[in-house]
Amino acid sequence: MRLFWHQLKAEQLTFWRSREAAIFVFLFPPLLFVLLASVFGDGTRDGIPAGTYLVAGLIAYAVANTALGGLSIVLVIRREFGILKRLRSTPLPASLYLAVALLSNLIVVVLQSAVVVLLGLWLFAAKLPENWVAFVLALGLGAAAFAGLGLAIAALVRSGEAIAAVVNVLILPMSFLSGSFGPANDLPGALKLLRDALPLHYLLQLVLGGYVQGDALWERPTAIAVLVAWGALGYIVARRRFGWEPRER
Amino acid sequence: MSAISVSGLRKSYAGVEAVRGIDFEVAAGEVFGLLGPNGAGKTTTVEILEGYRQRDGGDVTVLGFDPGKAERAFRERIGVVLQESELWPVLTVREIHRIFAGYYEQPRDVDEVIDLVGLAEKRDAKVKTLSGGQKRRLDLGIALVGDPELVFLDEPTTGFDPAARRNAWELVRSLRELGKTVLLTTHYLDEAQQLADRVAVLVAGEIVRLGKPSELIAGTRAQIRYTAGGEEIVVETDEPTRTLHELTSRALAEGLELEGLEVRRATLEDIYLDLVAEERS
Repeated sequence: MRLFWHQLKAEQLTFWRSREAAIFVFLFPPLLFVLLASVFGDGTRDGIPAGTYLVAGLIAYAVANTALGGLSIVLVIRREFGILKRLRSTPLPASLYLAVALLSNLIVVVLQSAVVVLLGLWLFAAKLPENWVAFVLALGLGAAAFAGLGLAIAALVRSGEAIAAVVNVLILPMSFLSGSFGPANDLPGALKLLRDALPLHYLLQLVLGGYVQGDALWERPTAIAVLVAWGALGYIVARRRFGWEPRER
Repeated sequence: MSAISVSGLRKSYAGVEAVRGIDFEVAAGEVFGLLGPNGAGKTTTVEILEGYRQRDGGDVTVLGFDPGKAERAFRERIGVVLQESELWPVLTVREIHRIFAGYYEQPRDVDEVIDLVGLAEKRDAKVKTLSGGQKRRLDLGIALVGDPELVFLDEPTTGFDPAARRNAWELVRSLRELGKTVLLTTHYLDEAQQLADRVAVLVAGEIVRLGKPSELIAGTRAQIRYTAGGEEIVVETDEPTRTLHELTSRALAEGLELEGLEVRRATLEDIYLDLVAEERS
């Protein structure tokens, strides 16, 4: 437990110390929210105030972006520097290291989410979550599943130069398709199929269910199952392919 | 008791044997050097002992542990300086020492370690402002902060200028004074000669010579060199006095000057270069 807090403090220190990176990483989802809500924030969507819909959408996006993108970028860059290899020879357990790396990023997501919710309340007539338990559980499940995918991506991508581009290609189209960034109802057939296969669509369903409809998490078993399956696939790939040493370039 | 005990160690990469059945022991408190050219298998050997790589064959014991299992109790007791590694550039020397100290059950005092590796003036400087040599001291500091019994140094001075190398040597000597066991790899002969109690010369994955630096030199023949007609002539002999006398008498009789005349014992370097050349031919 002492080691856990020690490592969490170390991770938070390294995150906030890179001030430029920290500020822009932190501000991006709230900025995106204000921008999107200014365009799509009026009226209702499926009977839900559009502002509330976007709050949930941006939070789902932030979780996916952080757990998949933030985690894999940090790991690939540290692996390239040799930091991961160096840490391997200390008594710090590998599983604790990875869990704290994720958790540290999620602390940032929680702060971002709070800012997005407050902005939504203040500027776009959004509401607070209807079912807090379901909302928080959905975020927790989403973070775990996308972290599995993040580990898999970190295992497969070799260089720190490539990882940011790979993450963008994965996250941004998925976010548009799933409707996190605004209405995406009239998708052509092929894109709709793609959307239905990707995990963010299901995370957004769960987040909306808890945030807007006030449903319990288990009322959407399909969404839970698909997220768990994606997450499990990620952990299996990571288990087989993840390495701690810099790759040959 | 030996700190490190290796017998019949083997390791291949994709069918190529990098380490071909080597044996050696390192006593507690000893500074042991693995010397060899690039690609001889030094780093592979060290990384097996550190627990980074699995061996293909042979027995290895480090501080009573099998490093292949990489147990936490084992990692409590070793310190590692890797050949290439960088740390978070935005953190300070002290912050990084504190982070690493926190990983160990019984760390040393952080400030004491920083003083020991000579970074006292850089205590609050960010890593990105350090010079290459200072970064290596930082690597050594975080390897020592857990108060290890055994320290691995993989090519600790590669890429250093001569002054920085002398400083690094002083640091290794201070490790010996602290009673640490040190396993050092290097491709610099003078480094092995200066620092190591015993040296194993590793060429193409095999140990071709093992002993104290002085033992490796002992028993070699003296060399007499001079220049005649623009060519350097080398005479090797077991009786340098007699040979030299004969040579100089003849030269005097003929009224010749032996230009550039010198008599010397083969250095470790000559032996090393011979060994490497033999092994490769």
